[in-house]
Amino acid sequence: MKMNGAQIIWECLVREGVEVVFGITGGKVIPLYHELPGFPIRHITMRHEQAAAHAADGYARATGRVGVCVATSGPGATNLVTGIANAQMDSVPIVAITGQVASGELGTDAFQEVDITGITMPITKHNYLVTRASELAQALREAFHIARSGHPGAVLVDVTVDAQMGQCEFAYPERVNLPGYRPHTTGNIRQVTQAAEMINKAKRPVLMIGRGVIIARAQAELLELAEKAQIPVSTTLLGKSAIPESNPLCLGMGGMHGEAYANLALQQADLIIGIGTRFDDRFTSAAHTFAPQAKIIHVDIDPAEIAKRVRVDLPIVGDALNVLRELVPLVQEARHDEWLQVIEGWRADSREHSRHWEEGDALVPQYVIRSLCELTQGEAIMVSDVGQNQMWEAQYYIHNRFGGLISSGGLGTMGFALPASIGAQVGRPECAVWVVAGDGGLQMTIQELATIMQERLPVKIALLNNGYLGMVRQWQEFFFERNYCATPLLGPDFAKLAEAYGIAGITVCEKEQVGAALERAMQIEGPVLIDFRIEQEHNVFPMVPAGRPIHEMIRRPKQG
Amino acid sequence: MTCAKEYNNHSRRTLVVLMEDKPGVLSNVSNLFRRRNYNIESLTVGHSETPGISRMTVVVYASDAVLEQVSKQLYKLIHVTKVTDITDDDAVIRELALIRVHAISTNRAEIKQLVDIFRAQIIDVAHDSMTIEITGTEDKVDSLVEILRPFGIKELTRTGRVAMVRGSTTPNRG
Repeated sequence: MKMNGAQIIWECLVREGVEVVFGITGGKVIPLYHELPGFPIRHITMRHEQAAAHAADGYARATGRVGVCVATSGPGATNLVTGIANAQMDSVPIVAITGQVASGELGTDAFQEVDITGITMPITKHNYLVTRASELAQALREAFHIARSGHPGAVLVDVTVDAQMGQCEFAYPERVNLPGYRPHTTGNIRQVTQAAEMINKAKRPVLMIGRGVIIARAQAELLELAEKAQIPVSTTLLGKSAIPESNPLCLGMGGMHGEAYANLALQQADLIIGIGTRFDDRFTSAAHTFAPQAKIIHVDIDPAEIAKRVRVDLPIVGDALNVLRELVPLVQEARHDEWLQVIEGWRADSREHSRHWEEGDALVPQYVIRSLCELTQGEAIMVSDVGQNQMWEAQYYIHNRFGGLISSGGLGTMGFALPASIGAQVGRPECAVWVVAGDGGLQMTIQELATIMQERLPVKIALLNNGYLGMVRQWQEFFFERNYCATPLLGPDFAKLAEAYGIAGITVCEKEQVGAALERAMQIEGPVLIDFRIEQEHNVFPMVPAGRPIHEMIRRPKQG
Repeated sequence: MTCAKEYNNHSRRTLVVLMEDKPGVLSNVSNLFRRRNYNIESLTVGHSETPGISRMTVVVYASDAVLEQVSKQLYKLIHVTKVTDITDDDAVIRELALIRVHAISTNRAEIKQLVDIFRAQIIDVAHDSMTIEITGTEDKVDSLVEILRPFGIKELTRTGRVAMVRGSTTPNRG
């Protein structure tokens, strides 16, 4: 069948199972958009390309499918860059399609020309520049395959405007032929057996779980392993919601702002089983100080992640689901009562440290998040931004829904949450989606309130408004002589701003108003923004100062 | 036990990298070295015996752990098909250099004599210069360059190391 390039692009997307794309049109994608109405694909018109990439990212995390974003050449493409880097860092499968100037104009500094394949080379898993309609089908087929398989990531396909308009015979490539790309998905059985032996011998084991377990959808197998051998589970920020956090074996997040009992358990463990994690510096702090007494088993689909940062005693390259399925039957049932008791002691001590904010009258973020968690029973899809708000969410929202946390981990992109929530809500219309963001991050992509309104998405926004770029202010307080340089923010009246977009706005200044405001927000069918005017100089504890071992935390003060 | 960042045991390692001959693949590889802060000493690329496959010889100065990362990161590039460390193999390693040296009638004979000792060749003679081609190990090329330096080197180009394992073991079969 003869088709033009634009039709081929949409046809390939349909065949890849794409139902929705997030994008903004522009000069060099007009031919592409011209053909869109002929295909069963929903288009969400964003207000900024960065937001389109974040929305595709949020969609991918919420659904486990490949997220797609579209932008025009030049500034449209460069605006995607932050979103692409964000997805790539967090192993999120997205495909970005950009328009490009006509092939004859390439390299001439034409209007809105930018070398986007060159620019995105270090922040994509792979990218393509397609200059002929006849090459589109193969490129897109490969792009989706590469994005979703192995260690997932971002792929960009840059399509010249003449390739979009060129006619050719369309044939969907049935298979991809990439001799240099064969992800290794099954663990070596000898190493898996050895891992089981190490687990069976361990006295103080800890599972360290990253987003790889969520990507592999290995939650049942993880839980089975943890319960069978009674192994406490600590997660990275992005590993949160891989295990129901109300499970007593769950220690929550470890690392720089991890719970003290999680960090102490890691530092005193004799065996750490890291699955689908890259032992990132926010978790381990200085690599040589991490888990000094432990042997380390590292399961990851990407061989390059193994021994990249920390020493590894037993590497297993494979998909978390496959490896866990092999591993669980080889692991003996065990009880580690003594070890768990030690951890419970630490946990009780941590509770003591939390008491002052629970009992105090101040409107503190912990109380907001905990109330939100109770009202949604830990079942909402939480989309957090970056900074203090993100850490409070991670510490106080007890995630019981698998994959219920969406957050920017590796890149730490402020402004991620609002557009990502659009993708999450579009992908999971049946779920309650809540944004937790600070006033700094929210304002970086606040234009997307318009998209929320236009698409009638019932996203709820909990704004933790402290009038500061709070995490940096906290660092200034502790390590830079309270020199609050460039951190105070004079913000707008956010409730009024929301109203201006046609979104319900609520302002909360007192602790006793929190419950009612949250309940009201849940009763309203459409989107709501609640501006919580929290304590301005409230800090995130525990905190591990940069470069210190993770057990050397600054704890929560027992008195406020 | 392997550890990621040890900088004490650095050595020169020679990697042979086979890759599909696709647009962008060379900049992909060089970009990788730049952004991961790996120290390249030389890099050469050309066709291999298989059509569509290019062969690159890279010399890096790295510890074992860093080298392991280099190799793994290279493998992550979609079009890279094979990475082999041939440093410890019995390999033939050669470099080619072209050297244009200042030469006038009075010293041409002397230069020719030196060139002969190195089994190099004079490939061009002009009024005030001679151009010499030498193939050999890097040490041999270094020595000739040093010997010729007093005459005045006007221009110099070196290809960097190309390498091949001796005998029947070739890297693209493994």
